[in-house]
Amino acid sequence: NNDAVVQQFELPPLPYAYDALEPMISSKTLNYHHDKHHAKYVNTMNSMLAAAENDELKSLTALEDIILYAHQKGNVGLFNNAAQSWNHEFYWNCMTSPKNGGGKPPKQSHVSKLIQSSFGSHDEFVKQFTNAGNTAFGSGWAWLCYTSTPDNNKKLFVTKTIGAGTPLTDNDNGVVVPILTMDVWEHAYYLDYQNARPTYTETFLNKLVNWDFVESNLKKAMKMNDDKGEEL
Amino acid sequence: MKFTTSAFVAACALASGADAFATPQKNAFVPRTSTALNMAFELPPLPYDKNALEPYISAETLDFHHGKHHQTYVTKLNGLVPGTEFEDKSLEEIIKTSTGGVFNNAAQVWNHTFYWHCLAPNGGGQPTGAVADAIEANFGSFDEFKAKFTEAAVNNFGSGWTWLVKKSDGSLDIVNTSNAETPISSDDATPLLTMDVWEHAYYIDYRNVRPDYAKAFWKLVNWDFVARNMY
Repeated sequence: NNDAVVQQFELPPLPYAYDALEPMISSKTLNYHHDKHHAKYVNTMNSMLAAAENDELKSLTALEDIILYAHQKGNVGLFNNAAQSWNHEFYWNCMTSPKNGGGKPPKQSHVSKLIQSSFGSHDEFVKQFTNAGNTAFGSGWAWLCYTSTPDNNKKLFVTKTIGAGTPLTDNDNGVVVPILTMDVWEHAYYLDYQNARPTYTETFLNKLVNWDFVESNLKKAMKMNDDKGEEL
Repeated sequence: MKFTTSAFVAACALASGADAFATPQKNAFVPRTSTALNMAFELPPLPYDKNALEPYISAETLDFHHGKHHQTYVTKLNGLVPGTEFEDKSLEEIIKTSTGGVFNNAAQVWNHTFYWHCLAPNGGGQPTGAVADAIEANFGSFDEFKAKFTEAAVNNFGSGWTWLVKKSDGSLDIVNTSNAETPISSDDATPLLTMDVWEHAYYIDYRNVRPDYAKAFWKLVNWDFVARNMY
């Protein structure tokens, strides 16, 4: 169908006001990070899609599918911009006002229970996530992911990615679903913390993590994984 | 075993007050204090005052970039090397024989020192002599070279460096590296010029607008240093 209109994406708005994360992350940072960096990834991706000649690519409408397509085909430019578009939207939702954010998830939540069973304690999760964030050399992301082994063993694990890397492309050996991310590209923290990435990481965990969003990601992942629809 | 170009080592000797034409220090482009037990690397000083590159690169940037980032690489390297196979090696030897954290910190120490020398308060403009000839021969013209280098720098995704290198066959090439990667890992490439495109190099002064940082870079390039690196 030569008249098919290729998918174009809109920059999703921040899920909160630009000053909602102050004083941990300034409105100045969110202004640049969302309106410049995130916007550019979306715009560049849209340009690449508009210029696409491949029928399969032109037929894709879901951002996740475009990311996986680009990854499989080795289309680095499209992958970088599509994955960064996804990663940033996910990241905004992973944060909430320091009035409510960070610390430990509610005790009876699925994520709290799975953190306990996967890491042994919340502190151990914090230690691993902190290490991932602080040792991701250069530009990258720290992630908390859900996975389910072939014998239906559900657990969480921490990982880090480079550049635009995302766990969405790790589904080869079964289910891998990101449920929390932290951006450690320098543009994410430089205006507020300069070189002090460990302070940003600590602040993110203590004050900003949106555990409601993490919980809803986890519930979606577990429901996806379990055809019967029962989560735990 | 590859040493830094003798001109570069001489430039560092000059920065620390020694006679530029004296025999360059062979195994220490980054000076080591050598007491019997403590062979630590030192952060080389900036070759100019911290406000010398204004308005193109601010003193505030240099405070963080040199005083924090570069310093941290030195400190971390000094924490990783003692008691290992790298203990009595020069910085270049460490870079060529290491991986992981040791490599990252060693290479970043070297890369940053090289970068500071690529900039100068009265820099910029266009090269003359052998550098100009080589650029024209390899890229057609200085403007074409500048455009190609800028494009590479702007499109270098994530953290990294953009380099002008001289290959062993004498030709010049523009090369992007990621993170700490450096041309001195290869026997085939001699670095002539570099631009740091890690965001910490330009975020304070130019935020996300890397092309504006590139414009500033061209106002600062130390063509004398580039010329000495050709030999």
